[in-house]
Amino acid sequence: MAAYIIRRLLSVIPIALGVLLITFLLFRVIGGNPAYRIAGKNATPAKIAQITHDRGYDLPYFLNYRDFPRQLFYTQFFRLVRSLLHGDFGESITNKMRVSMLLRDGILPSLCVTTPLFILDLGLAIGLALLAAYFRETWIDRSLVVLAVMAMSISEIVYIMIAQFWLASEWRLFPVWGFEGPQFLFLPVLIGVVAGVGGSVRFYRTVMLDEMYQDYVRTARAKGVASTKILFSHVLRNALIPILTNVIVALPFLYTGSLLLESFFGIPGLGRLLVTAIANGDEDIIFAETFIGAILFVLANTLTDIAYTWADPRIRLK
Amino acid sequence: MSTDRPESLWAIAWQQLRRKRLAMVCLTILVVYAGVWLYAEGNFWFARLRDVTPTYRISNYTIRNQRPSIAHWLGTNYAGRDNFGQIVQGTRIAFEIAVLTSVIVIPLGFVLGAFAGYFGRKIDTAIVYLFSVIGSVPDILLITAISYVVRGVVERSPSMQTVTRYIDSGLLAVCVGLGFTGWVGLCRLIRAEYMKHRERQYVLAARSLGVSNAAIMFRHIAPNVAHLIIINFSLRFPGLILTEAVLSYLGVGIANEPSWGAIINDSKQRLWLGNWWELAGATAAMFFLVLALNLFGDALRDALDPKLRTAEAKTT
Repeated sequence: MAAYIIRRLLSVIPIALGVLLITFLLFRVIGGNPAYRIAGKNATPAKIAQITHDRGYDLPYFLNYRDFPRQLFYTQFFRLVRSLLHGDFGESITNKMRVSMLLRDGILPSLCVTTPLFILDLGLAIGLALLAAYFRETWIDRSLVVLAVMAMSISEIVYIMIAQFWLASEWRLFPVWGFEGPQFLFLPVLIGVVAGVGGSVRFYRTVMLDEMYQDYVRTARAKGVASTKILFSHVLRNALIPILTNVIVALPFLYTGSLLLESFFGIPGLGRLLVTAIANGDEDIIFAETFIGAILFVLANTLTDIAYTWADPRIRLK
Repeated sequence: MSTDRPESLWAIAWQQLRRKRLAMVCLTILVVYAGVWLYAEGNFWFARLRDVTPTYRISNYTIRNQRPSIAHWLGTNYAGRDNFGQIVQGTRIAFEIAVLTSVIVIPLGFVLGAFAGYFGRKIDTAIVYLFSVIGSVPDILLITAISYVVRGVVERSPSMQTVTRYIDSGLLAVCVGLGFTGWVGLCRLIRAEYMKHRERQYVLAARSLGVSNAAIMFRHIAPNVAHLIIINFSLRFPGLILTEAVLSYLGVGIANEPSWGAIINDSKQRLWLGNWWELAGATAAMFFLVLALNLFGDALRDALDPKLRTAEAKTT
């Protein structure tokens, strides 16, 4: 088991390198000199030259032959790798703060929004999916599906705007903006659940229904097990693998937070950090969040594979 | 009419779809939207090719922010443009995004998936590595990053000026972002299907007759998996529309055209002035298209390939 876990964790490295390479190619090579984007539209050539020099954008991309072989790795890519290994993500251009500091400050507010959101969404979705599976092929099931699809068909932005306008601003049931206590979290979490639960219900319903038609369900019914018991102790248990996959793969999104909810409600988390970074052309923050998001996703995937062996002993360790 | 020919997959699927009332209602809605799209496309190109301002972009500051009336069904916006006309153009942009994104997604996803599934071994390892890397970056982050970078490139490079004369630079950036992330899903599907078909008897027969690999892949197997492209498209389309709205809000979306995302984003400030019709119109237009696509896509998938539903739930 330990060897398996170590092997799985080591397989993260090539993917992480690939992600680094892709983000590097995107931001530095395809995008051209980032100084143009950082400096904004009306920058003087002198300012662009200065940013280019200060941030090392004038170095070669991968290998430096200028003073061969002494400075072979004195290049943009390897400088980036070195600073990432030191946990250094550069600095923000708007307020000159270290990006790693900004990220650290943003984690807690993000988790405050996304953790309750995630748990409520999961509980509600699995509950409704079990309900739909229990009443499958009846009007209850069908209307649940149509309602779920309808809820999915409205943009999250619209939910936020309507709730913020009527519930918070007109009727003053909730605070509109800020992050000063639990009451500031009610509305964002509520909107997040309403906007997200439709898709989750539809997903889990498919998973449950797939199990409902398996042989073991027929066997259980034939020997007289009550249908609620079949649902809760047989079906739910066997549906654990797809549920687990979905849950763990969603975990990295707890970190990125909800871009929209955070920026509409003024919650100083990572999502809002990213939104303002895009508006200001704050390249280092965009790069850091993209990269960290990917690494967390890969780690979560690995964790899923490990969790499989726990959830389903039939899965052999290879 | 009686025929002895075996019925095709498409004929059987169509018969199944026709029996479902909900699917037919959705199909009708989709046909109406497609009609609106073609009308808006005509309106746009008619003006663009003559180098005049299209009617939907003419501002009239004397009738700003008007309530819905008979002359303007959904009122007017901040520049006195008819909201209904803006939303009609938004339909054009939604369909243009779907088409332009597919220009990237379908060739890339299909060809790479076919190669990976058919040849296996090293080619498979390389392609799986490529899509695992791209699939590891959370979608919205990668789409945002690509659109952000591509827009910078498009706006600065002089050689792109000819392209941006016809396609909005934001639209191009969004499509590149959505395209280079969207092919992963199709590629996975096609790869799995080619791995199955590779072992089938008809492929073995073709191979023993000396048919080339390319011909087996694209003339023999491709027709048997082509329905996956349609299913993938109909289920990907609603996601594109919703993502476009998010990108518009993030400021990496469509800049100078009235996409639904841009209209919703613009209506944000005016909601406080009591101007709700802009938001309501764009939301309703978006809602019915996304709903119809979702429901029809589901029905289409069930009719064409019932096993896919559970396969998708297990892997995603």
